[in-house]
Amino acid sequence: MSKQKVVIIGNGMVGHRFIEDFVEKADLAQYEITAFCEEPRVAYDRVHLSSYFSHHTADELSLVKEGFYEKHNIKVLVGERALTINRQEKVIHSQTGRAVYYDKLVMATGSYPWVPSIKGNESKDCFVYRTIEDLNAIETTARRSKKGVVVGGGLLGLEAAGALKALGVETHVIEFAPVLMAEQLDQQGGQMLRNKIESIGVNVHTGKNTQEIVVGGETARNTMKFADGTELEIDFIVFSTGIRPQDKLAKQCGLATSRRGGISIDNHCTTSDADIYAIGECASWNEKFFGLVAPGYNMAKVAVDNILGRDNEFTGADMSAKLKLLGVDVGSIGDANGRTPHCKSYVYVDENRSVYKRIIVSSDGKQLLGAVLVGDTESYSDLLQYSINNIELPKHPDSLILPAHAGGEKVALGVDALPSTAQVCSCFDVKKSDIADAVAAGHTTIGAIKMETGAGTGCGGCVPLITQILNSELAKQGIEVKNHLCEHFEYSRQELFHLIRVEGIKTFKALLAKYGKGYGCEVCKPTISSILASCWGEHVLTREHNGLQDTNDIFLGNMQKDGTYSVIPRMAGGEVTPKALAVVASVAQQYELYTKITGAQRIGLFGAHKSDLPDIWKQLLDAGFETGQAYAKALRMVKTCVGSTWCRFGVQDSVGLGVELENRYKGLRTPHKMKFGVSGCTRECAEAQGKDVGIIATDSGWNLYVCGNGGMKPRHASLLASDLDKETLINYLDRFMMFYVRTADKLTRTSVWLDNLEGGIEYLQQVIMNDKLGINEQLEKEMAEAISHFHCEWATTLKDEQQLQRFAHFINSDAKDGNVVFTPERGQKRPAFHDEKAPVYKISLEEA
Amino acid sequence: MNQWITVCDLETIFPSTGICALVEDKQVAIFRPSEESQVYALNNMDPFAHSNVLSRGVICEHQEKLWVASPLKKQRFNLVDGSCLENSDVSVDVYKVRIEKGKVQIQL
Repeated sequence: MSKQKVVIIGNGMVGHRFIEDFVEKADLAQYEITAFCEEPRVAYDRVHLSSYFSHHTADELSLVKEGFYEKHNIKVLVGERALTINRQEKVIHSQTGRAVYYDKLVMATGSYPWVPSIKGNESKDCFVYRTIEDLNAIETTARRSKKGVVVGGGLLGLEAAGALKALGVETHVIEFAPVLMAEQLDQQGGQMLRNKIESIGVNVHTGKNTQEIVVGGETARNTMKFADGTELEIDFIVFSTGIRPQDKLAKQCGLATSRRGGISIDNHCTTSDADIYAIGECASWNEKFFGLVAPGYNMAKVAVDNILGRDNEFTGADMSAKLKLLGVDVGSIGDANGRTPHCKSYVYVDENRSVYKRIIVSSDGKQLLGAVLVGDTESYSDLLQYSINNIELPKHPDSLILPAHAGGEKVALGVDALPSTAQVCSCFDVKKSDIADAVAAGHTTIGAIKMETGAGTGCGGCVPLITQILNSELAKQGIEVKNHLCEHFEYSRQELFHLIRVEGIKTFKALLAKYGKGYGCEVCKPTISSILASCWGEHVLTREHNGLQDTNDIFLGNMQKDGTYSVIPRMAGGEVTPKALAVVASVAQQYELYTKITGAQRIGLFGAHKSDLPDIWKQLLDAGFETGQAYAKALRMVKTCVGSTWCRFGVQDSVGLGVELENRYKGLRTPHKMKFGVSGCTRECAEAQGKDVGIIATDSGWNLYVCGNGGMKPRHASLLASDLDKETLINYLDRFMMFYVRTADKLTRTSVWLDNLEGGIEYLQQVIMNDKLGINEQLEKEMAEAISHFHCEWATTLKDEQQLQRFAHFINSDAKDGNVVFTPERGQKRPAFHDEKAPVYKISLEEA
Repeated sequence: MNQWITVCDLETIFPSTGICALVEDKQVAIFRPSEESQVYALNNMDPFAHSNVLSRGVICEHQEKLWVASPLKKQRFNLVDGSCLENSDVSVDVYKVRIEKGKVQIQL
């Protein structure tokens, strides 16, 4: 039997989701799948399009895992547009003349930006906001502009305004309606949003009907003329005035379309042709089309199921949304404008904090119909659950939006009240039962659940709810989550850190006696030693602490597989003088050390006998070097690009800052190793966004990224704050570092720490920038103390005769370890393999 | 070969650490888990990596017994019988050891 041909036109978010779902559910041996992708790249995340301005890599937005299409033998025709569909012959022709036959066709052609027919809108200073190409064009123009405007004050328009603001131009928003986000907010909510947006310097003009754009102006390249006679001089214009379903192809081949646009579909996502499906923004269901991604994903699932002969129907979509626009939290649920007959409202306004909350309830006060939240969306996920799962409201529904001091006790929605079918994550359609299953399968952290189910990885609004479900499920299934350090301490690292700090405990022995049991082990000993060093600056190599140190710390070098060590002196920011370099070279030569540039912009000398370490380090210290702490869980290095001092593109002195930061935080013991990067411009040559702390120069300061990681599980760092001056940057960094040192679990890199931090980067911003926990003063003090404790561990050790004796290989002989044998390789040496070492057997020749 | 060979003063071994002694042609790792005069002796070679490193491992307690965790890949070896916690097919040699008048002595 020949394979069934499934063809998808459109490789946007929904088109790709269709393929993913199909791959998961279908026996691929029976299908041949082809997709048309008109854009020059495969599916990417349009929801987070604006983030492109901060990282500038299309790869970062891509939704397609590397090799996914190849692995599943899916043919994607990139850059190829489907021109015609012949439904009789069941064939599609593309602009290259290619003919592709289908048995089942899925239209996922998406939408196009609708631009009102304003005279002058075809100017090269006019843009739309939909594709990466659009963004590239906007950025290029913004560079040579002072003033930009977004026409359209809806969700996407404000998103675009945020991008313009970030690009550094004077930003205006023009809205035809009297209120911003008229689709999602009521009048008062829209007003509150406007106040907040204006307070950060975006100019909002509502009730403006643009009539004409003319070239020229006194202060800008163009002038916009409005129906009320007013004018606005502006350099460039971004239209964000709504989208329309892309149904051209459907019309060409005679499929039924809706009056208001869109390919008509039934509950099975089938069009008027039984072999053709339509999903996503191009589809019209009950005369409605959906401009959000979640309903599109839902349709993709329904279409897959129907093609595979399974029963599934699309029954409409919840259009609730929670977002952060220009730094303002906004949430909208259900009937936000209170259009349901006889509904009643509760409203809470706090002009001081610019918070507006309204809930709309049924006439009997039992059901939540809608909600508007501006400035504070903490209650969003609870309210959404009340709304979509029809949970009966508490007796006083206003308690859901009142602050604790005004509303008495807080009525928290018990997650146990949620049915197991309740949708928790609407972005990825994850149900409560999916999360329960994941917990049962052993995924017991937020990070693991995100990975397993995808929940919380879209807008992130449901993460608090996922956390509650996680905790409840764990309790129910009798799983006790122990983040106990080990069998000797029934405390987490964070708790122990606190106990040590508060009670002034200075030794492992004292801590074990008071809070632990037994002897201790290879897990708790190094962890406690690290905490003691973080808290009190305790030197790791004292008689008291020697026995606690892990492999590398105990001889202040990284042990290699043959028992020799590496020697890596600090070269802050990657700087080294030729004179110092010559000393490194001479030491390497003298001790015949294998020499290599490490991954951290330093020079590593390998193959040093333990007994030679003190002499080697003495020579290096005499030349002005100090320990690089390559052996420690501590700040390793700050990678820098050359920066504005030399580079013709650099805008700030990245090396100078890198050196300063490395010297500031060197020596501080952290829960895991840390790497920093500082780039002198947006080209990001230091790859700072792959580091625990990444700093990128801007024209007006520094952008601070945190919790990135290269290594085993790469993670792009998250933007903590933008355009900081150096003083603020260091201030934030002090707090960030100390907060991480205090709260992370043992051996947890910052990336994993952040993934598991409830509230994520936004919570971290609250803590670091707004002092949400009221601990910043303390964090700064602790950091100042830690910095004052710095000493070069090698310098201290070289002065300690008792410690130096430990470096001999044998306690009773000056001999070296005869088992350490080297073999030449590429002009240097490497450890000999086991079978290359001197033969063990002596062959006797006498027999012959 | 029932001879006791003195290798060092007990006090040269810091509590909760190990040292390595050359006894005839053997590398012997000697561990002193606490301030007390109790020591243990194992062959110094990590049998997984074939490197002489065990004396540099962390002394640890599991299942109410004392072990040393290899500094290379953290396999644990029993201080009393040399058995490996991770792999029962592997073990290291143990040696007799005693304290005589403050001196550590080994019998091969």
